[in-house]
Amino acid sequence: MAKFALKTQIPRYLYREQVAIEEIARGYGLDFFPMVFEVLNYDQMNEVASYGGFPTRYPHWRFGMEYERMSKSAEYGLSKIYEMVINTNPSVAYLLEGNSLVEQKLVMAHVYAHVDFFKNNFTFATTNQGIDRRTGEPIRKWIDTMANHGAVVRRWAKRIGIDKVEAFIDHCLSLENLIDPNVPYLPVPSITEGKEPAGGDGAEDELPEELGLLRVDKDYMASFINPEEFVAAQRQKLVDAQEQERRFPEEPRRDVLSFLIEHAPLERWERDILNVIRREAYYFYPQMQTKIMNEGWASYWHSQMMTQKICDTSEIIEYADRNASVMATDGKNLNPYKLGVELYRHIEERWNKGRFGKEWDDCDELEVRRSWDRRTGKGREKIFEVRRFHNDVTFIDEFLTPEFVMEHKLYAFGYNNREGRWEIETRQFEEVKQSLLFSLTNAGQPFIYVADANHENRGELLLEHDHQGIDLRVDYAREVLEALHRVWRRPVELRTEVEKKPVLMRYDGSEHAQRAL
Amino acid sequence: MSLKIDQDHSRFRKIVRGKIRKNLKKYISQGELIGKKGKDLVSIPIPQIDIPRFRFADKQQGGVGQGDGEPGDPLSGQEGEEGDGAGKAGEGEGDHVLEVEVTLDELADILGEELELPNIETKGKSTIVDKKDRYVGIRNVGPNSLRHFKRTYRNALLRQIASGQYDPKNPIIVPTRDDMRYRSWKTEEEPVANAVIIYMMDVSGSMGDEQKEIVRIESFWLDAWLTKQYKGLETRFIIHDAVAREVDRETFFKTRESGGTMISSAYKLCAEIIEADYPSSEWNIYPYHFSDGDNWSVDDTLLCIDLLKNKLLPASNVFSYGQVESPYGSGQFLKDLHEHLKDDDRIITSEIRDRDAIMESIREFLSKGK
Repeated sequence: MAKFALKTQIPRYLYREQVAIEEIARGYGLDFFPMVFEVLNYDQMNEVASYGGFPTRYPHWRFGMEYERMSKSAEYGLSKIYEMVINTNPSVAYLLEGNSLVEQKLVMAHVYAHVDFFKNNFTFATTNQGIDRRTGEPIRKWIDTMANHGAVVRRWAKRIGIDKVEAFIDHCLSLENLIDPNVPYLPVPSITEGKEPAGGDGAEDELPEELGLLRVDKDYMASFINPEEFVAAQRQKLVDAQEQERRFPEEPRRDVLSFLIEHAPLERWERDILNVIRREAYYFYPQMQTKIMNEGWASYWHSQMMTQKICDTSEIIEYADRNASVMATDGKNLNPYKLGVELYRHIEERWNKGRFGKEWDDCDELEVRRSWDRRTGKGREKIFEVRRFHNDVTFIDEFLTPEFVMEHKLYAFGYNNREGRWEIETRQFEEVKQSLLFSLTNAGQPFIYVADANHENRGELLLEHDHQGIDLRVDYAREVLEALHRVWRRPVELRTEVEKKPVLMRYDGSEHAQRAL
Repeated sequence: MSLKIDQDHSRFRKIVRGKIRKNLKKYISQGELIGKKGKDLVSIPIPQIDIPRFRFADKQQGGVGQGDGEPGDPLSGQEGEEGDGAGKAGEGEGDHVLEVEVTLDELADILGEELELPNIETKGKSTIVDKKDRYVGIRNVGPNSLRHFKRTYRNALLRQIASGQYDPKNPIIVPTRDDMRYRSWKTEEEPVANAVIIYMMDVSGSMGDEQKEIVRIESFWLDAWLTKQYKGLETRFIIHDAVAREVDRETFFKTRESGGTMISSAYKLCAEIIEADYPSSEWNIYPYHFSDGDNWSVDDTLLCIDLLKNKLLPASNVFSYGQVESPYGSGQFLKDLHEHLKDDDRIITSEIRDRDAIMESIREFLSKGK
């Protein structure tokens, strides 16, 4: 990388555009980190893209697989990467060498809005690595961090062999999605918390029945019927029982990775690698949580900037053509760019015309609603607020309206077992919304918890799948259990449901078992 | 410039190679590859190497789409039963199939490693290299006989338009000396083929389509391996029923005749070809004969044995006979060969019951390293 890092300074004519576009973006109220643009040729672009935007990652074959796929589809002209920007401060964005000037300008405008989003959307605060005291801006030196991760992995690979390390990474990646997106928002647990044993006086509160004492009708008989030694013995029994019952972890834990890092019998290199995987998983999570919002926001602003300020008449057609290909829907799949941008526009219109609040909600006369315009003019302000305080789930939950669903022809689909095909199920607003929300919740992945690390008192790890109506893919789940066993080194189990029946899947290191509960 | 990704990429290729090796039997018995054969690359579909994670079962999770249609309408663009279904909202990952390109050479390598095939020991003749001129370029000077008319014309046209001498109403193009272009050549070294495979196939009525498909698949792999072993391999094809004739590759695999079988006719022709074109002192010769083992008469079989003993075996590196099982064939010929040429190690026989046996049969043919 260092080799071409020197050569990637953007040419003067692009730099001039950058300065102009930055000024325009700022004029619209966008607030971004300092930007660094680099120009890459398509091979370098494919390389960097395979690494998820970071020129230095840890070594792993899947990046090579990505690269093969990307360069193939670039060669065959199936797809081309126009834009790539990474969430760091300062932010780095890549331009593709050989793109036309209009395309470069489009990318720049798009990217400035992305970086505004990185900086201001609340989910991305979790990628802060501290706050710079001088400027008050967040520190996000992720290029360095990723390079450090690479160094860690490389060092271990050198010491114990790339094959071993890579095989372990494969296993870790199977567990990569077992993180808890809420962790960054939880209060840091204080050291004493949770460890507090029942105080010395706690015994006073126990009820006689709990202790299993015998019934005493006359108070003066108490010390004869329940002599002190007996009470003490019973109390000890109770404590023992409670001890036994106390689970570990006490509460089901969603951050399976951190649990493993803390409690699995890992060697140092394994712990280091698992840590790398976990940190990177948390880094990328906000982008999965805000795909629609982020792309919508960037598209909203590139179209504002390009059509109002940047393009001259000779460029507008080319811009429109490019823009259309980005926004295209194929009459089937949802395009996050399109959905996002339209939803922002929808919100802007509603708040410009005062289509919100109780009065609006209560009005059910179609004609009145159609011509409703209170000239509130708060649209722009509103979308800036939305981009700060929402993620995809809350964005859809809060702002998807029946009008929008109808206008944009959204539908919910499902698999029809009898016909053996995918079918449109409904266009009902509530159902479409629920279906969309479901697919976005937890980034479209199942909820898995660590339920018990000492299952059956045998040191086996029990995971719990919070089944919400959809089964897991069983063959994959088995392989994940194998990966989990590799890390935990004791039998592992997963409680889930298969075809509406509770089931326990188990892998003990040599074979899989599955039994109904 | 070497990219950092190269390392990861080559590790990925290694894994793919492993995948191909693991599934080699499948690839071999399906014969799809042959249809795909490009110049010297074959693309092999391998399942995308997915990293397994906890995820939802495919067909239980619906999603949201955008477009026309009534409830109950099927989504467009489904690939039948196995399709991944229309993309899901958000991060829908499908069961992608990755096509990986592999050179035939590499494929032969994989085949060799998997079957543990020894390299072939040639009959101790060095490869003869021939020099050949190829016209591959253009230059500004040369003899008139090599003048490139089109290029010369184009240059002249270009010059005349650029200098304003071109008159569309009177389009006369006069080349000057500077416009002249000539073909030029490069001398390339070309290895002279010194190995030949002569494929013979029984196309009598009892050889059905499936039998021929098996021969086709098997010969593709034999070809691949021997091509890898010899630079410049020649192949000849003979089909026979009661009479034999030489055909091209295309016909060889397509022809279906009926009627009786006289294997000797093919062996005779084969011997003639060898005599005419491939003196055995300079050539490595590999006759392969595929049949269902049903010969016309005992006499003919004896004639075959005789031909083998006196003509074919002495000339060949090894003579291979593959017997494809067919519902009509008796398979007697194989037994006869065993009876008469039991101890001769210049002949290799193999029985191919069905497609799954192809791999084993290739191993039998090639594992002697001759």
